[in-house]
Amino acid sequence: MRIVVDYDLCESNAICMQIAPDVFEVRDDDFLYVLDETPGEGRRDAMDEAAQRCPKQAIRVED
Amino acid sequence: MRDSVTIVGASLAGLRAAETLRRDGFGGRISLIGDEPHVPYDRPPLSKQLLAGDWEIDRISLSPTERMADLDLDLRLGQRATALDVASHTVDIEGTTEEYDGLLIATGASCRTLPGTEGIAGVHTLRTLDDSIAIRDALRSGPRRVVVVGAGFIGAEVAATALGYGLPVTMVEALPVPMGRVLGDTVGDIVAGVHVDNGVDLRCGVGVDEVCGTDRVESVRLSDGTVVEADLVVVGIGVVPNTGWLQGSGLALDDGVVCDETCLAAPDVTAAGDVARWPNPRYGEVMRVEHWDNAVEQGAHAARRLMLSDEEVKPFSPVPWFWSDQYDRKIQLAGRPWPDDEVSLVDGSFEERRFAVIYGRDGCLTAVFGMNRPRQVMQYKGLLERRASWSEALDFAEVQT
Repeated sequence: MRIVVDYDLCESNAICMQIAPDVFEVRDDDFLYVLDETPGEGRRDAMDEAAQRCPKQAIRVED
Repeated sequence: MRDSVTIVGASLAGLRAAETLRRDGFGGRISLIGDEPHVPYDRPPLSKQLLAGDWEIDRISLSPTERMADLDLDLRLGQRATALDVASHTVDIEGTTEEYDGLLIATGASCRTLPGTEGIAGVHTLRTLDDSIAIRDALRSGPRRVVVVGAGFIGAEVAATALGYGLPVTMVEALPVPMGRVLGDTVGDIVAGVHVDNGVDLRCGVGVDEVCGTDRVESVRLSDGTVVEADLVVVGIGVVPNTGWLQGSGLALDDGVVCDETCLAAPDVTAAGDVARWPNPRYGEVMRVEHWDNAVEQGAHAARRLMLSDEEVKPFSPVPWFWSDQYDRKIQLAGRPWPDDEVSLVDGSFEERRFAVIYGRDGCLTAVFGMNRPRQVMQYKGLLERRASWSEALDFAEVQT
């Protein structure tokens, strides 16, 4: 599983960070950083939730 | 198991409801009925990127064409539901009476208008894609001055976008402090300062007595007697839920469709989004929430409610959350503050206008507000979801600094 963020869409609302702080981090520069682009299969549900709840639909979960 | 679900309202809550049903494995027919002619689109850009002309219409679609096709919907756009009868399980759509199996109401809300402005050109409200295009065209035509009525989120975002066109903007707000009723005066004053520093002529504590002009707007007369010349007026004074079509349906209506705490309005009928009013057990309060995230979450919850038995179903008990982008500031609020809550600065500074404050009442954390502090807002939102106490939140703040 690979996490892909479209940074043109991302508005740094940090919803993803609340769902999975081990994978997503919005830093004080207001930008989103993906800490782990290939999280383990055990994080699948959290990744799907982050993608669904992103206000800008900027997160894709690819196999 | 149900055979079919009819969703009335093809915006965010309705579409997310349909997606949830498919994701959960529902294979029956899903009818998605929308009165606008457009494929489901996202509304937040209507007051920002689309209004500014930075984005074209194709960028605000809520679902890419291929994903939409995968949902296999009976999608009926430009069609209006006009009546419902919960006793006979029927809904009238464009003059045809149809039986429903499960029904989800997500008809949203409509803008309040200023009385007496009907038929005066140049006076707009902003809710739909067509509204946004009309205001964008008006902004491009080079009005001498734009008057924005209401300093809530829509008004504030429109004012910021209009300034981006290089136009003079006057914003009129009836309250003494913008959003003071929600955010309290401390934070409301800072929000007001952002507008003023960016060049808005902000008039607080005054109402609009009259929009003057015969065919076209020429000026706005305020309650303090001043007259502001304007050839474009955008009114953002709140919305009313779209329940007119439900008169006589058998549903309880009271500033929205009245639901139980699981979003059920009647047997086989649920409601979601701006139109739904339900008792949120987290707050012991009946609420109607007009935020984007609520449409997503409640749409999903109301869809699942139609598929679950009474024993399986859980109450819908979210922490409300929204964001607003104005100028180069991102504003976020999570929770349910009261204007007279205790307020504590937990990060950043008011002077730099990058800060997070938390609100507390009766020993409980009630809300977090951030200006360009998304990370901190989400951290405290997590505390709100755990029902953290006020002292726990203050301890957390101390550890962070």
